Amino acid sequence: MLPEIGQFALALALALALVQGVVPLAGAARHHVAWMSSARYAAFAQFLMVAIAYGCLTAAFINNDFSVQYVAGNSNTLLPLYYRITAVWGGHEGSLLLWVLMLAGWGVAVATFSRNLPLDMAARVLGVLGLVSVGFLSFMIFTSNPFVRLFPAPVEGYDLNPMLQDPGMIYHPPLLYMGYVGFSVAFAFAIAALLSGRLDAAWARWSRPWTTIAWVSLTCGIGLGSWWAYYELGWGGWWFWDPVENASFMPWLTGTALIHSLAVTEKRGTFRNWTVMLAIITFGLTLLGAFLVRSGVITSVHAFATDPERGVFILAFFAVTIGLSLALYAWRAPQVGLGGRFAAWSRETMLLLNNILLVIAAAVVLLGTIYPLAMDALGAGKISVGPPYFDSVFAPLMLPLAALIAIGPLVRWKQDQPVRTWQRTRLAVIAAAAAGAVWPLFYANWSPLVSLGLFVALWIVLAIGLELQERTRFAPTALASLKPAYLGMHVAHLGLALLMIGVAMVKGYEVEKDVRLSPGETVEVAGYAFTFRGTIPQRGPNYMADRGTVEVARGGTPVTTLYPEKRTYASKRGMPMTKASLDRGVLRDLYASLGDPLDKGAWVIRIYYKPYISWLWAGCILMALGGLLAASDRRYRVAVPGKQAAGAMALGRT
Amino acid sequence: MVMRLAISGVVFALLVGLFWVGLGLNPRELPSPLVGRPAPAFQIPDLFDPERQVSQADLRNRVTLLNVWASWCTSCRAEHRHLLALRRQGVRIVGLNYKDDRAAAFGYLESGGNPYEIVGFDQSGNAGIEWGVYGTPETFVIDRQGVVRYKHVGPLNEVVIRDELLPLITELERS
Repeated sequence: MLPEIGQFALALALALALVQGVVPLAGAARHHVAWMSSARYAAFAQFLMVAIAYGCLTAAFINNDFSVQYVAGNSNTLLPLYYRITAVWGGHEGSLLLWVLMLAGWGVAVATFSRNLPLDMAARVLGVLGLVSVGFLSFMIFTSNPFVRLFPAPVEGYDLNPMLQDPGMIYHPPLLYMGYVGFSVAFAFAIAALLSGRLDAAWARWSRPWTTIAWVSLTCGIGLGSWWAYYELGWGGWWFWDPVENASFMPWLTGTALIHSLAVTEKRGTFRNWTVMLAIITFGLTLLGAFLVRSGVITSVHAFATDPERGVFILAFFAVTIGLSLALYAWRAPQVGLGGRFAAWSRETMLLLNNILLVIAAAVVLLGTIYPLAMDALGAGKISVGPPYFDSVFAPLMLPLAALIAIGPLVRWKQDQPVRTWQRTRLAVIAAAAAGAVWPLFYANWSPLVSLGLFVALWIVLAIGLELQERTRFAPTALASLKPAYLGMHVAHLGLALLMIGVAMVKGYEVEKDVRLSPGETVEVAGYAFTFRGTIPQRGPNYMADRGTVEVARGGTPVTTLYPEKRTYASKRGMPMTKASLDRGVLRDLYASLGDPLDKGAWVIRIYYKPYISWLWAGCILMALGGLLAASDRRYRVAVPGKQAAGAMALGRT
Repeated sequence: MVMRLAISGVVFALLVGLFWVGLGLNPRELPSPLVGRPAPAFQIPDLFDPERQVSQADLRNRVTLLNVWASWCTSCRAEHRHLLALRRQGVRIVGLNYKDDRAAAFGYLESGGNPYEIVGFDQSGNAGIEWGVYGTPETFVIDRQGVVRYKHVGPLNEVVIRDELLPLITELERS
């Protein structure tokens, strides 16, 4: 019964989304107040319906209702309760339902917090969100219904993919989707602004906190995914340039460009068209990501099992949405003025360069991701594009970007002198260059690339330090009085610097070793002695495992003991899973995972030494924190003097 | 402005077109460079008679299925009954026992039945390298002239046999 209620609720949600997508937009066009006001109610009602559907599917998982095909395919009676709840988003249909739930949730959030927005603006934003919802709900209902029944019902489910049975998996997809879906709000604001012709500083200010929160979610989602892959997949990698990782990374890059471009639009009224274009591109890239992951055009460890009908649907959705948006842009954008002028050396220029570099980076990733597909489509054979391409094109783009981060915040808006900037940062440059050159000397061999990476990262850190020193002398009261937006920027930049240090050190000095070890044998990796003590069989709730013991010592003193496991899950999937064991530290991680068993109790054991890898995740956390700080700035919550202020900078005035 | 719009329009149209074409392609299909070429040269001992050598000469004169397998490979077990059925239909199958243990391979064929006319014993995997094997099971179709006509990666199933393998074998036998 419950699944049918869920099904019905989904159908109602689609109807409500249609109302939300049509009535308020029509109302805004004809200045019909009641029609515009309906947007809020429709958003709430739609969310309620989707939430009911989501609750029904969750109940089916909790009750082990294997008569629902999706439950039978992704759960199992042996699965612990918390994984049964998270298994809801373990497959294509359920993850789509989660996506729609979040989209409706963002709609409710906009409806709740948009009270000080002009009515027509709120109506248009919610209307566009409603239309996006129509697209995703139809996609789900017509091609990927999670409530399809199975008859006769199997006694036992197929089980959740063991790789997804991990705490990292509980948070990774929801956060990622929060980010993806959150950029729909930025997109809705952009389209609403184009429709109303009110592309101004007020619009940028309304849009900013939403965009920043979406960016924070995406940052956390990508960071968690990387962290999860690192300890769960057993190969010790944290980023693989897999097409699906790229699908999340591209909107992150353009989204990062967008939050910077929005800053310019809000502060100086410039870059308006460009900001709108970035919002459209970012949203387009999230749709593109959905297409790449769910249509089967590319192979990836992440890709869902697919059927071509779905691919056709999302492609059509992508083509219509982005096609219409670009058409609207082509029609409206030429009427938007250029905004404040700025000199060649100014904060605006710095941010423009930032935008250019980020967009080129996104384009480069897009090219690498779809190049194999293009070659195949042209009949030029099957190829794959891997880390060597991405690493070699990405570093040259990121290093100048990092340098921009160091100097950008020091440059004045509108006009500044390069000499003045140099005077403000020369101390940081010299100190960072010296430290960057010396730091790698403590490691195996000095490498210019690592040194360069460390130099720019340290430059950012020192530049921030000097700036705060100058402003506050690090007095607690002075620090506390800084604006959250300003502080947030520095925290996020600091996060990126930590991340860069982590990347440079890991890339430069990690040691990976696959060795054959018999019980009692020792291998030395990066100064640590790893002694294998054999494996013992163990039983988990729904799996059997061989649990290895690896003692680690340095210079004779024991450091830690690692317990890597090789698990075989009891369900029909039956594939062995590697569970790596890590000793985490600030300056290094030690990592052991079991490969294949050999004769006489010997195993192939994979041992890694990963210097500074925890700095990667710390950097991600700081970036997200910085974003949250920035979004919490009070000025986003104070009522805008409404239409007067907005009207003053409206369409046509330059 | 117009220029910028035109560029974004063109890029967008190209992307959509590319994906449209891409939907019709299968990314999991990996063509073998061997298809259309004479079978690569190799020489390995026979599984049952170490004195005898198996080589590309054994693949000529009749349409032959070359099946790469091992006793440690679980998906080989899954396709085994299909191989037995093909054998009963009169298809000639030559086995390439890949990186295996002779006794284990014997046991596998004794308990599961032997669909192979000849089995080469490739303990080192060198013949496998010649054939571009990167995972068992793999199945090749070789025509009477000893030219490789087809390659399938992974276990055979009803659909592949019905729609691809059997029609190809019938066609090659007729010509």
